[in-house]
Amino acid sequence: MITLLILVTLTGAVAVSVAPRGMARLLALIFNAATLLLALGLWRGFDPMTGGLQMIDRHEWIPAIGAQYLLGVDGLSLLLVLLTSLVFPFAFLAQKADRTFCSLMLIMQASLYGTFTTQNFVLWFLFYEMSLIPAFLLIKIWGGANRDRAAMKFFVYTFLGSVGMLLSFLVIYRSSGTFDFAKLAQTNVQGRLMDVLGNSTLGFLAVWLVFAGIFVGLAVKIPLFPFHTWQPDAYSEAPTGVSMVMSGVLSKMGVYGFIRLLLPLFPHQFHVLGPWLLTLAVCSIVFSSLAAWAQTDLKRMVAYLSITHLGYCMLAIFAIDPVGSNAHVDDTAALSGVFIQLVSHGITAALLFYYIGLMEERRGKRGIADFGGLMQCAPLFCGWMGLALFSFLGLPGLNGFIGEFLIFKGSFGLAPVAGTVAVIGLLVTAIVLLRAIQALFSGPVAKSCEGFHELTMRENWIVLPFSLLVLWTGIAPGFLFHVINITVVQMAYYGADALQFMTAQFPR
Amino acid sequence: MIAWTIYLTFLGAIAALLLPRAYARCVALGTTVAGCLLAVSAFFEAGDFGTLHTIVRVPWIVPLGIEYHLAADGISLTMVLLTGIVAVSAVLFSWNVRERENEFFFWLLLVVGGSYGVFLSADLFLFLLFYELVIVPKYFLIATWGSTNKAYAAMKLTLYSFLGGALVLIAFVATYVAGGSFDLHVLSQVHFMPQFQAWVFPVMFLGFSVLAGMWPLHTWAPTGHVAAPTAGSMLLAGIVMKLGAYGVLRIAMNLFPEGFQMWRYPIALLAVMGIVYAAAVALRQRDLKFVIGYSSVSHMGFVLLGLATAQALGVAGAVLQMFSHGIIAGLLFAVVGRMIYPRTHTRFLDELAGMNLSRAIPFAACVFAVASAASMGIPGFSGFVAEITILLGAWRDYPLLVIITGAGMVLTAAFTLRAFSLAFLGGKAESTPLKCDPITPAEKWGAALLIVATLAAGLYPKPLFDHIMPAVLSMHWLKP
Repeated sequence: MITLLILVTLTGAVAVSVAPRGMARLLALIFNAATLLLALGLWRGFDPMTGGLQMIDRHEWIPAIGAQYLLGVDGLSLLLVLLTSLVFPFAFLAQKADRTFCSLMLIMQASLYGTFTTQNFVLWFLFYEMSLIPAFLLIKIWGGANRDRAAMKFFVYTFLGSVGMLLSFLVIYRSSGTFDFAKLAQTNVQGRLMDVLGNSTLGFLAVWLVFAGIFVGLAVKIPLFPFHTWQPDAYSEAPTGVSMVMSGVLSKMGVYGFIRLLLPLFPHQFHVLGPWLLTLAVCSIVFSSLAAWAQTDLKRMVAYLSITHLGYCMLAIFAIDPVGSNAHVDDTAALSGVFIQLVSHGITAALLFYYIGLMEERRGKRGIADFGGLMQCAPLFCGWMGLALFSFLGLPGLNGFIGEFLIFKGSFGLAPVAGTVAVIGLLVTAIVLLRAIQALFSGPVAKSCEGFHELTMRENWIVLPFSLLVLWTGIAPGFLFHVINITVVQMAYYGADALQFMTAQFPR
Repeated sequence: MIAWTIYLTFLGAIAALLLPRAYARCVALGTTVAGCLLAVSAFFEAGDFGTLHTIVRVPWIVPLGIEYHLAADGISLTMVLLTGIVAVSAVLFSWNVRERENEFFFWLLLVVGGSYGVFLSADLFLFLLFYELVIVPKYFLIATWGSTNKAYAAMKLTLYSFLGGALVLIAFVATYVAGGSFDLHVLSQVHFMPQFQAWVFPVMFLGFSVLAGMWPLHTWAPTGHVAAPTAGSMLLAGIVMKLGAYGVLRIAMNLFPEGFQMWRYPIALLAVMGIVYAAAVALRQRDLKFVIGYSSVSHMGFVLLGLATAQALGVAGAVLQMFSHGIIAGLLFAVVGRMIYPRTHTRFLDELAGMNLSRAIPFAACVFAVASAASMGIPGFSGFVAEITILLGAWRDYPLLVIITGAGMVLTAAFTLRAFSLAFLGGKAESTPLKCDPITPAEKWGAALLIVATLAAGLYPKPLFDHIMPAVLSMHWLKP
């Protein structure tokens, strides 16, 4: 079933590239409808009451290096697969696209499905890297004025991270003999590494190096402060559809990697580094929200706020100290918050980039100062966009609130200081967004905005389902919790087991 | 049956020389396709790949104990398969040769036939014969049909190769005197004195590694690649450089394991120097073909690093990298030498940047994008599987070198991407694309063949491992 999902997308990529010129986007949308149906089928077939991986697809692949073709979903994977299936058709609707563009986007979509469902490192890395080249080309060919620099920066940063990650995993494989995520999570990786590298200072250092390799690789992808500098350039130079996909889905790969790869493998490192990591997350939140305040370009503003939002996720992940004796209530709250935040940020960021794309299309510019008084000439547009902005701000009743609330509820219990400081981010975000709303929507109609026309019928129909999703998730998020509950509980309790395990191994 | 790859190719070479000019291309294509099919059928034939199976064994120069002895194991079969694939695509990419075609295809087929011979021979004398047979035609191919600085490049390449050949010859004679035979089966049973191994191994290794493009003896490679005609570069990078690495593995390491153990640390160091240095140099080249020439040196560094691990996994990775790089280098040179240069009449990156080539020849852009991805070691292509296997093998003994190699991989990505961006995406999207001939079917088929090969090996490398692993594991002097 999951294999089919990936195969359909890849077939789409090939079909689109040989289709007649005008048909490319239509065909891509048809294939996206198919993948959406398949993803919904996956949801239907998913049993939310059993933990662990489901719908496993396992075949031998490269036995010599321990690589298996192993796909499976749990709550987290399924959630992200659904998100991918929603954001991609949206991006296709938002953007004029020729054959190459559609083909590259579909390749990227397939790689994302793969990344979120693969449970073996080699295969995971295959999909993870597969998204890199299409993303680079999409920015490089269809991007804005500064696209060359942005594309190169994006690629070099990410590739550097991937190489570090690859080397680290080679070391892990050499010491533990498996690339299987589930098996790696059960083995005491640090202990194994120490066995191989020698229980010396050098061996100890090597363990930290391995940890750092993976950490940086994933942190670049999210991005986490101070590895974020490629992100505003890339998001603002990319064409609308690509910005939507990059912020909506691609950035989730890093967070997913943290939860799936790093947290289970290195609980001890997270415990020791806890305060420092929390500092990074708080810096990420506070600095990027302050940076967003200083932006005059709408796209860069949303890009920086994206860092803030993913910073909340990282705050919660770092606050869940897998070795410390935490209250499980807080662990589960924080972790559920992360999961929900991933989805709601994906939807909302995609919506915002779509609206900014529309504004740019109409006006030719996207500076905050280029607009004013839009409420009078395009009330409907302002209404819908306001909804997305308020959701980004975390207004109760909209989807952004649920995730942030849970994250803060969890982190106040787990890491009160960091949680409190991070609230600054919430405040600044609110200021930034309200200021933007004020500047764009209210006041007298700016001279240049007199011809700004209302949402067309087509655009209305495009935003309607996503805006409804924003509302629905905000009011009745039960359907999401239903998917993730068991996974969250399992992960939180795994942390508890790790505690006993680690204290036996490394008495302090 | 597989011995016929050699005979058939030589027969084809003579036919290409003697038949009327119009038939030369077709004869060459027919010959290489037949050779490739033979190689494929031999590759997929079930059998024991672990031992060196004798195919033909006829006494030849009896007083010296020299025999005409061909044999194959999993590694030879893999290399023969690579030769078959690269040869077919090289002929397809020389479809436009219009100058002295008979001779061109004659020399080309000689190179191919000689390479088949090297990979299959199990007698040192025969090995050396085929080995030298490959070098001579290269000179004529470059000196006659070459471009930039061809006389210099051809001479440099030939002198370097003969120097290497001379070192190998000295080592072979010493081996014969000490071991009393030219036969690999016999010699592998002999235990050579450690003092003897300590000096014969480096001599033989140096001789072979010249052809493998090892740093700092690599300088013939970039100039040679640049000057050679397209098919010449493809064969040179795709097959001929592998002859050296194959010789190191099959003869030098196999006969002198103790000498190898003594020297493997410096070899690993030189290999990693090659990876990083060549990648850094490639980053600063203006000529697109030089970029690819240096990338070949960098990738061959991986092969030597894999061999230097002295572990089954690393050595298997080295063989895999030979296969993988043969295909990828062939593809890269094909795009630059055949698809771009005849249409643009320049290979300088800053001049190509203004031509908007991604619109003018989108097919070439696609192929080059795929080849760049494969060359960077993006998973899904053969290069990744080979590199990860080599690094896994190298980790135990050279952790520091593995980390430096990681830096080399980043550099590789950087120069590949720079070359691709400048050559194809340099100009503004609005600038008028260069008017040029469309891509011919021969080019499409040649490119498709190589792309399928690298994808197949990257996505499902199990058949390759099934051949290589038993052969590597039977080398008892390697650590498992």
